[in-house]
Amino acid sequence: MFEGRVALVTGGTRGIGAAITECLVESGASVAAGYSRGKENAEQFVKRLGTNGSRVTVHQGRVDDVDDCNRVVKEVMDRFGRIDYLVNNAGITVDKTVRKMTVDDWRQVLDVNLSGAFQMTKALLEHMIERGSGRIVNISSVIGETGNVGQANYAASKAGLFGFTKSLALEMAQRGITVNCVAPGFIETEMVAAIPEPVLAKVVEKIPQRRLGRPEEVARVVRFLLEDESSYITGAVYSINGGLDM
Amino acid sequence: MDSLPFAQRVGIVTGGSRGIGGAITTLLAEDGATVAVLGLPEDRERAHRLASLLNGAASRLHFYETDVAVYNRCQEAVAAVLREHGRIDFLVNNAGITRDHTVRKMTVEEWEAVLRVNLSGPFFMIKAVLDTMIQQEYGRIVNISSVVGEAGNFGQANYAAAKAGLIGLTKTVALEVAKRGITVNAVAPGFIDTDMTRAMPLAAIENAIEQTPGQRLGRPEEVAEVVRFLLDERSGYITGAVYNINGGWYM
Repeated sequence: MFEGRVALVTGGTRGIGAAITECLVESGASVAAGYSRGKENAEQFVKRLGTNGSRVTVHQGRVDDVDDCNRVVKEVMDRFGRIDYLVNNAGITVDKTVRKMTVDDWRQVLDVNLSGAFQMTKALLEHMIERGSGRIVNISSVIGETGNVGQANYAASKAGLFGFTKSLALEMAQRGITVNCVAPGFIETEMVAAIPEPVLAKVVEKIPQRRLGRPEEVARVVRFLLEDESSYITGAVYSINGGLDM
Repeated sequence: MDSLPFAQRVGIVTGGSRGIGGAITTLLAEDGATVAVLGLPEDRERAHRLASLLNGAASRLHFYETDVAVYNRCQEAVAAVLREHGRIDFLVNNAGITRDHTVRKMTVEEWEAVLRVNLSGPFFMIKAVLDTMIQQEYGRIVNISSVVGEAGNFGQANYAAAKAGLIGLTKTVALEVAKRGITVNAVAPGFIDTDMTRAMPLAAIENAIEQTPGQRLGRPEEVAEVVRFLLDERSGYITGAVYNINGGWYM
């Protein structure tokens, strides 16, 4: 399906990002997976992909660092010569109620989750415009729609992605580039595993389907939006949350 | 044939002989599904023509005459599908009509006709298939809403109300059956190149294209792809969602 196509997935070696990388590679794409920490994990991840791993490269860098963004895009261009898809997936949490949240906690999350998407996009947008085609998918979150106790920074960053997505979608609508959001609910990842057990049990209780989603389920939605046939879908938010927020 | 993604699946597409519904029927039948097309008497001929165009899948399209605005006719059609095909894995509530007038000129009959087909029809169909899906512990329901249900549209108070109502119906049924292996979602298309859109005054069509950031109408096949995605067995964690496809017309 994606033979000859190249995707750049930020945070693409862990959690939902790893599932996206895997899903796209299985569909024939070459994938450049970004990561900020954990060189060993990143290399292990590529090994686990077996023969498919030959179409995957990993790139260390911080999306909240403009120079890193530009360098990674250059690395990918040097290696593959083109970038068809950008998946802004890298994200962090620093959870505290607003009363206890420091300005630094706030800024850190905004810088990675929201400004990171902006900076990565900027680093390769001209390339997509020149080619007259491209697909950008931003991984937001159900929390961006509902808010969540202790996640003012995360919720703000993820809601901000909706506004960013829709504005960029408008700007790119006549240039063959679509820009969409996928908003997952609670997915079985390290990020969710870090939630204390009693809190997580309460979360699952609130999900109408009474289960967490799997990273692969989210990856399918991302892949769908990247397809050539999905060109009329832009500025959309595709939710996948087991009915948590409707 | 078993390798086709919808092999062994049986489903219903209301209004499935033309427009967006026709594209959905085609895509699913070609993917191996047995598709029961529900339509009015005048749709029978269209359905047969559609079947004749299906590459090797003609025998998987079956037409059932019904009127979704009448509950017992929905029940009869569903009973016939079950009798002949044994199960119902998916339901696509696609049948819809327009009776456009500004509210000042809209008659009560025009209001009621659109509500009855576009909103009560899906409720009737869902009611008619739900017990079967619950027994199967599996089902996929997709309601075709519209961008107009979210944004409103001049001269379409009845259509907008019906299509917005469909989103409320979608989310409520999604909650009620969330633990039973059944997902319920809505697809909200923008302006799509169908007979319904072509029936609009030319100036209105040009205006719609002008207002669409992508500067074109969508194709029925593009909407059908979204529907097929949601009907896939692997889309089980997506429920109560509204998937827009509108070229950026409404965000």
